[in-house]
Amino acid sequence: MGDDTGLMTVLLAMFAGAIRVSTPFLFVSLGEMLTEKSGRINLGLEGTLVFGAMSGYAISYHTGSPWFGVLVAGVAGSLFGALHGYLCKLPKVNDIAIGIAMMLFGTGLAFFFGKAYIQPSAPRLPALSLGGWSDHPGIRQALEINPLFLLGVGLAVLLWWALKNTRYGLVLRTTGDSAPAALALGININLVRLLATTAGGFLAGIGGSFLSLYYPGSWTEGLSSGQGLMAVALVIFARWNPIYCFWAALLFGAAGALGPALQSIGISRGYHFFNAAPYILTLLIMIVSTSPKRSLKGAPGELSITK
Amino acid sequence: MSKFQLNRRSLLQNSAAGILGLSAAGIAKSAFASDLTVGIVYVGPRDDFGWNQAHAVAAAALKEVPGVTVVEEESVPETIAVQKSMESMINLDGAKMIFATSFGYYKPFVLDAAAKYPDVEFRHAAPLWTDADPKNAGSYFGYLDQAHYVDGVAAGLSTTTNKLGFVAAKPIGTVLRNINSFLLGARKVNPDATVQVIFTGEWSMPVREAEAANALVEAGCDVLTCHVDGPKVVIETAEARGIKCCGHNASQAPLAPNGFITGAEYKWETIYKNFAADLAAGTVLPNFTGGGFDVDFVRSTPYGAGASEAAIAAADAARADVTAGKPIFTGPINKQDGTPLLAAGANLDNYEPSLDQTDFLVEGVIGSIT
Repeated sequence: MGDDTGLMTVLLAMFAGAIRVSTPFLFVSLGEMLTEKSGRINLGLEGTLVFGAMSGYAISYHTGSPWFGVLVAGVAGSLFGALHGYLCKLPKVNDIAIGIAMMLFGTGLAFFFGKAYIQPSAPRLPALSLGGWSDHPGIRQALEINPLFLLGVGLAVLLWWALKNTRYGLVLRTTGDSAPAALALGININLVRLLATTAGGFLAGIGGSFLSLYYPGSWTEGLSSGQGLMAVALVIFARWNPIYCFWAALLFGAAGALGPALQSIGISRGYHFFNAAPYILTLLIMIVSTSPKRSLKGAPGELSITK
Repeated sequence: MSKFQLNRRSLLQNSAAGILGLSAAGIAKSAFASDLTVGIVYVGPRDDFGWNQAHAVAAAALKEVPGVTVVEEESVPETIAVQKSMESMINLDGAKMIFATSFGYYKPFVLDAAAKYPDVEFRHAAPLWTDADPKNAGSYFGYLDQAHYVDGVAAGLSTTTNKLGFVAAKPIGTVLRNINSFLLGARKVNPDATVQVIFTGEWSMPVREAEAANALVEAGCDVLTCHVDGPKVVIETAEARGIKCCGHNASQAPLAPNGFITGAEYKWETIYKNFAADLAAGTVLPNFTGGGFDVDFVRSTPYGAGASEAAIAAADAARADVTAGKPIFTGPINKQDGTPLLAAGANLDNYEPSLDQTDFLVEGVIGSIT
């Protein structure tokens, strides 16, 4: 019986953790998915995430409106995206190198402007209580869901549908799969890529604002600790499919909750191993799902890493 | 041609004025023998609600001392960068005293710099100095476990579930000692109290710290404390979940207006001011200085709204006891695996050197080091 309740605690903690932790992964990976579908890779989203976290927190503090903070974080992110998109259209510019530069730039700028906002306390985003039907406090706590999470889920479905069924989706996929074909169709490749990177930056900025305005819910310099980079890897792992991005984000969130949850029920030996669970999981799934005989399914043909 | 001459003339004039100014400054400086420039290097931002803030608060107090100038640099990584920072403080700012405040600065950076600049005093904030090290280097340390013991007493009277939670970074001696003292404090007033510990494995990892805090709340803990570099996230999570909390390193009272009980804080300013006074008086600085409540190196954060009357009274009494030298480790105490650490009637002095290398958790702590 004791084991059963222990198992339930861990499963519940992983479920709650998946919902709490996954939102930034979800937004950044959806943004990166859009960018990569257009044939470019933007490694700078880690910097965008951190800058989004800082700017969202700062604006929420000054205006008292966390939702306005989210919007500003998105706009700031889209500026970073637009800069990346513009620089990459110049001749002989490598998108990966620009991405790394943008990552350092975004983080550095966020630290510089963020100094003044470590101490003050800004208004946070509210949560929706969807667990009223249950009298189990753990379940009720797990179902304190932030609207951004639901927005992310809706966005994943919308993107999945739009990529398949709309003209915009077709233009984006064509640009990403074959630049010559897109040119022949009269598509302005650079414009499409600029817009896709800008939109990707917007989503990553929103993901950052979730970190500082909801969970863990404060601005510190170590806030992201690499989540933006992991989300980029997550896109490959999710095979450039928005719905898979959602599941992958949930999986990473749950895996991140595993270490603390196991320790909380007294299974604490080897916590380093459990804390590394998300990374081990990524490796395993990558190994299992690759094949030397074909390129990755769903990979945009123009992407420099798969070319 | 004429332009060049003009430039050269103004250059000559300027440099002459500069040399005059410099020598005047030099004269002015030597007129006050007590003038002292102190350099302080931090590993993170000075306002992290934690380790670095505790040092920065002390630096601000040191600036108030007449004749003392403080130069600071924050977010200096534990690499060769810290040696460059220290050398620039010595060569450009004229620092005669350097405080290197992060654990990893010591070897080899502080040791190398101390050998290179024998007339500059280096002090490092961890008990690492040995007799083999340069005589112008040294260590200073506050025994924060004394304040964690007082926190434990207050926490033991504040819990209704008898479960206290502890979010810890890494299982090193100092951290384990704080956990043990926290438990011993809680057990002193509440024999049923347990401390559940979750190690995050990193000094600063906000998302995992929040997950750990939430997991402890799910496990039934109703008082949280922590030993991580910046306790902001743990304290805010505790407050958001409606439970009580005790602070660590610096004051986190403003972060938890409802649930804050008290906290374990360093009081580095006592040490810094002592050093500055010794240097001004020309006495030889101690190579190692450490202490707790008795020498005013640590303090408790003023009680918050989460502290009950009973908790305040018991914590005040416990602090008075420790200040008077009453031992925290009073037998009988078993280690976690049931092997006896101290028999009934035996005790360990609060400054017992073997406690520096604590590698065990005491009975009543739930959680594993490995």
